[in-house]
Amino acid sequence: MITVSSRRPRPLSPNIQIYRPQLTSVLSIANRITGLALSVYAVGLVILLVAAAAGPGSYATLHSFIRSWVGQVLLFGCTFCFFLHFCGGIRHLAWDAGYGFSLRAIYTSGWAVVAVSMALTVVTWVAGIVLAGYSR
Amino acid sequence: MITRSSDEVPRVTLLKRFPIPKNFGVSTESRIEPGRTWPAPKGAVRTKRLEVYRYDPDSGENPRIDSYEVDLDDCGPMVLDALIWIKNRVDSTLTFRRSCREGVCGSCAMNIDGTNWLACTRFISDLATSAAIYPLANMRIIKDLVPDQTHLFAQHRLIEPWLRVKTPDPERERLQSLEDRRKLDGLYECILCFCCTSGCPSHWWNGDRFLGPAVLLQANRWLVDSRDEATGERLDDLEDPFRLYRCHTILNCTRTCPKGLNPGKAIAEIKKMLIERRS
Repeated sequence: MITVSSRRPRPLSPNIQIYRPQLTSVLSIANRITGLALSVYAVGLVILLVAAAAGPGSYATLHSFIRSWVGQVLLFGCTFCFFLHFCGGIRHLAWDAGYGFSLRAIYTSGWAVVAVSMALTVVTWVAGIVLAGYSR
Repeated sequence: MITRSSDEVPRVTLLKRFPIPKNFGVSTESRIEPGRTWPAPKGAVRTKRLEVYRYDPDSGENPRIDSYEVDLDDCGPMVLDALIWIKNRVDSTLTFRRSCREGVCGSCAMNIDGTNWLACTRFISDLATSAAIYPLANMRIIKDLVPDQTHLFAQHRLIEPWLRVKTPDPERERLQSLEDRRKLDGLYECILCFCCTSGCPSHWWNGDRFLGPAVLLQANRWLVDSRDEATGERLDDLEDPFRLYRCHTILNCTRTCPKGLNPGKAIAEIKKMLIERRS
């Protein structure tokens, strides 16, 4: 960058403000964001375990929050984040071994990650509702 | 949906840009202001609207977006033809680099409709209704669509892109088998247009220390060259948390390369070489 103090600095051309979101960059940042979200959910897991250990009263309070619509949305989000990060992680492992770098493979594996994580989320929730005997 | 080669233009657009404000996190001298709209040419039947990033270093003003209406029956099929048409017929102050007009020199690399490509190989018919022409992303702009690539070439110099040998020069050429020569395919064809590097988000955030896909592709070119004898030293120079390992396999580079090369794969090969030499 060439700047003379008497001359104003050259402007920087826009980067993320105008660059097209593509499967490559979107899945990459989604992997990072879901990872961050899972770290936050890990704290939630600790809260769940502490509430369970503290006795039936405190666990019932937490359980009623999880049963509320806010808790259900957060739980669904947690499931999806987990599966997206998981499938994305497998994709990264394949790349680290050197596989799947052709553009066709990148796009096929990318869409596969999206589809499989959505499918796994739905399957988990359906299985959970069936097994737990969902009651409103 | 499944893109097979980088010259494919996406047919479906879910998001044109990330949902952040237009001038998000931009320093005061880089804020883009609305510019002037140039009138459509008289008697033109088929026109195309181009919104072009303009910056005049002598005016003291901020960059702006000017709108042009290009007469498609009066100019060639490529985006570069449209820019030349604008320069000849409408606004001769429009400044851009161009040379070969056939996609081999890398001069006209710019951000067209959100992705980096060569203007001379992008068809106007592949553009959106109102096409946005910006310079290469995250570069200091000298004027209009001309970026300052000094630091990119300095990063290229850093990897010492020449043959490093200890054995004395033979009488004729340094010989190489056909298989060894084939290893260079996909690496030597790089025209250093820097579409990949300026499309790499990791280079946007760490461009001062991360070498970027173009330079790392060239680093792989020299690592893989059987005639080069400094492989160990080259790998030592690259083994750095920033120079190489800021690559997080985002793969925008492979998606955007106008020559169809694969910098992402080359960087993965370097990382594999570094792991293999540890054992």
